[in-house]
Amino acid sequence: MPVSVASSKLIYESLKDIGVRLVSALPETWLVHLIRMSEEDPDMTLVRLAKEEEGVGISAGAHLAGVKSAMLMQNHGFLASVNGIVSCAQLYRIPLLMLISHRGEFGERDPWQTEGGGVTEHVLDALRIPHTRLESSDHVARRLHKAQTLAQSASRPVALLLCRDLMWEEA
Amino acid sequence: MKRRDAMEAVYSELDRCVVVTIMGAVAAELQSIGHKPNFFYLQHAMGLASSMGLGIALSRPELKVIVFDGDGSILMNLGGLSTLARYRPRNLVHVVFDNESLLSVGGFPTATSTGTDIAGIARAAGVPNTSTVRTLEEFRSAFTDALAADDLATIVAKVEAVGPSGYVTDLSLLENRYQFQRHLTTLSLSSQHPA
Repeated sequence: MPVSVASSKLIYESLKDIGVRLVSALPETWLVHLIRMSEEDPDMTLVRLAKEEEGVGISAGAHLAGVKSAMLMQNHGFLASVNGIVSCAQLYRIPLLMLISHRGEFGERDPWQTEGGGVTEHVLDALRIPHTRLESSDHVARRLHKAQTLAQSASRPVALLLCRDLMWEEA
Repeated sequence: MKRRDAMEAVYSELDRCVVVTIMGAVAAELQSIGHKPNFFYLQHAMGLASSMGLGIALSRPELKVIVFDGDGSILMNLGGLSTLARYRPRNLVHVVFDNESLLSVGGFPTATSTGTDIAGIARAAGVPNTSTVRTLEEFRSAFTDALAADDLATIVAKVEAVGPSGYVTDLSLLENRYQFQRHLTTLSLSSQHPA
């Protein structure tokens, strides 16, 4: 499975650098290494979810309790979480850091992933959630740091899209 | 049993806990009994109060977290019940006030009115201690036992489908949110076991 270990490691190290101590996740192919790294790290709390929207509540609770967290999910999981993002994270000004694997773009072979790829950025725009794409390894550390800075200063959700060129090691 | 009476019966015990409630009657009634800085009311995002409680409980194991949930809310997040059971926070007591209806939007019946058993679902999800109580005395006793047990519990309290005349209170959502966060920070500073 050509999911990039090197990119996953870079992302994980950046998450640690920006103070993330709790990660909620629902497995998806591109996230397997990140989830494994979270699980093997004794200083990280990993919460495996049944559905992604739960992660919004968990992150909100963690934030009010003084712990920085992140959500790891596929773009379809983000779509499944929209009411929680609006009615919990935005309504209550929670600095929610979302790492979203951006399936369904150029190069996607799984037919079932292709609809979500076309709507994800539009939905983020409609929700007024600041977002940026991570497409190469030199994006990772700087953009994650900047995303976290904005999330904390604005006290609002932000999203980083993990793109194919970063996460998948074949054309 | 009326929900307001049930909350009043355990109100003095809430001082040593942090409390997360759902929207609607639960939030309005608890505020009418008396708001405290350790109470947070999730006034929307139905279903996520239990997930918020889990986030607080995992982040701050030294705190005792109470979630006041409802049948309509937990039915929207039954998967969250399995997550709660999976991580089994020993410092969380999950109370579900089950009035078998969506009271604040006109009293439409929920599936518990036709037999869905929330305590049964919680038990099957893996919550180690579950009960269904129907009287104030049973509720008080189940709540006190759960607080003393230092383990995850789901208590389903069957209550009448009656509530306050209105749901909007004079406590603004963000005022509540920041006061609660500041209160948890204060508890952290004064705690023997900082997060």
